[in-house]
Amino acid sequence: MSQPAPERMGVAELGRALASRRLSSVELTKHLLARITAHHELGCFLHVDEAAALQAAAAADARRARGEISALLGVPVAHKDIFVTADAPTTAGSRMLAGYRSPFDATVVARLRDAGMVSLGKLNCDEFAMGSANENSAYFAARNPWDRSRVPGGSSGGSAAAVSARLVPAATGTDTGGSIRQPASFSGVSGIKPTYGVCSRYGMIAFASSLDQAGVLARSAEDCALLLGAMSGFDARDATSAERPPQDYAASMQAARPGASATRPLSGLRIGVPREFFPPTLGHDVQGAVRAALAELEKLGATLVDVSLPRTELSIPVYYIIAPAEASSNLSRFDGVRYGHRAKDFTDLLDMYRKTRAEGFGAEVKRRIMIGTYVLSHGYYDAYYLQAQKLRRMIADDFQRCFRDCDMLAGPVAPSVAWRLGEQGDDPVKAYLADIFTLPASLAGLPGMSVPAGRGEHGMPVGLQLIGNYFDETRLLHTAHALQQATDWHLAVPPGV
Amino acid sequence: MALTSQDVSRIAHLARLELKPDEERAMLAQLNGFFGIVERMGAVDTRGVEPLYTPLSALQVVQLRLRDDVVTEHDQRELNQRSAPQVQDGLFLVPRVIE
Repeated sequence: MSQPAPERMGVAELGRALASRRLSSVELTKHLLARITAHHELGCFLHVDEAAALQAAAAADARRARGEISALLGVPVAHKDIFVTADAPTTAGSRMLAGYRSPFDATVVARLRDAGMVSLGKLNCDEFAMGSANENSAYFAARNPWDRSRVPGGSSGGSAAAVSARLVPAATGTDTGGSIRQPASFSGVSGIKPTYGVCSRYGMIAFASSLDQAGVLARSAEDCALLLGAMSGFDARDATSAERPPQDYAASMQAARPGASATRPLSGLRIGVPREFFPPTLGHDVQGAVRAALAELEKLGATLVDVSLPRTELSIPVYYIIAPAEASSNLSRFDGVRYGHRAKDFTDLLDMYRKTRAEGFGAEVKRRIMIGTYVLSHGYYDAYYLQAQKLRRMIADDFQRCFRDCDMLAGPVAPSVAWRLGEQGDDPVKAYLADIFTLPASLAGLPGMSVPAGRGEHGMPVGLQLIGNYFDETRLLHTAHALQQATDWHLAVPPGV
Repeated sequence: MALTSQDVSRIAHLARLELKPDEERAMLAQLNGFFGIVERMGAVDTRGVEPLYTPLSALQVVQLRLRDDVVTEHDQRELNQRSAPQVQDGLFLVPRVIE
């Protein structure tokens, strides 16, 4: 019986192939490990442990042989190197944590392992998840499989590139201001950042604690749902974890909407299109692809509604005050005493701190620590940090006003397709401005997705962003799934992969 | 209002970051570039607006949970210290702070 090459199968399909014993997890894992070696130049992985992966795969095969049935049992995954792991090094893409071994596993990692997933390794990312091109990794840049001279997006760039290049069927990521949605868009994969509080932050190296949220990058909405269901849910070890019963997104996203038909599965769905998401600075190619995807959603029965998010542009300064403020506090733990790098030559304790941090952190991390330290310092707190948190409330309120007129929102993920490595140059503000469409949902804590919506300039992928109300992940996944049943944008494979 | 090089030195000291002179110059230009896009935030009237410190409080009253007063963490000193730069007799070593 013929079946597609293992790397061409998504999570759900692999689960079925493993269940039918047409494929073993060991065969699959060996196959993908060989691909990871063959595509080493993409810079996706910071750490691969072949022996551990094969051992986990053999254990999964043994569980299958005993009759255990689970959709994820034996399916490979890889984790953004921002999640701590007891059995593998964790660097957060930083020199500061070179060689660091965590005493424990992040909850997300532990839950996916408990579900039977086989971890192939740790994925490249921007240092401490600060960046939108994966160029801020202290180790090496990851490359976009669609064009290796271009960035895969960031900060979950290794995750997006690895899924796009068919090195792994799904990967974990984290999103603070767009770090799942933007690389998903740039690399042509599906990504979901759930509502703040849905996934535990325990063991996720903290960048900005009131914004950080774990999620999934995979080939389809259906695959995202499978992983999200297994990794989410209440965790007492995270003080901000939402107290909700476990969710079976893979099942709930398949449920038909009332009044829907086979050809119009989105009948009755009202999708708000924020007019501020289509400014003159939006690339024509991105605009064209997004409009075509919106038209596709209309064909599937959805109604498009004009809505307004008047503070979209303001979300840039608001985010770039709040996130660095929280980062400067979170990163104060890197002092060269308990873990991580310590400078070799210093005169006293203060000098040790200053040199350790100067050597351990890269330029972007230093910039954000400086911004955060400044806006939290005496005399500036009210003008910057407090004002930003008040504007954050107004931005969250703007969304709720929109949701009176619609069920979800849709628009572009980023103003352009992936840029060339080094193209952003030395101007951090230029990169910050490109985060405009992902920051509002992050500030409000709302769930967001990026789903492939065709190609723009240079044949590079474009993503359609979907934003839901709080805890409305199922509706996002259902809508993305309907789109992916009707179109084949998510099935496109990069050349040479 | 633009930052000066003295401001940058002061912030770097507060942040416990040693900056080389060329790093400090680049930082000054970049921070001033950044605060250029921040200034328009100040123009918005936010009187009477409650700050949103954690996003779910936009949805519901968020209360900090209290857990049961029982031991949940056990001694893992060796595991916890395995990545420490300098350890002696189970203690983290730092430079002398009291003469």
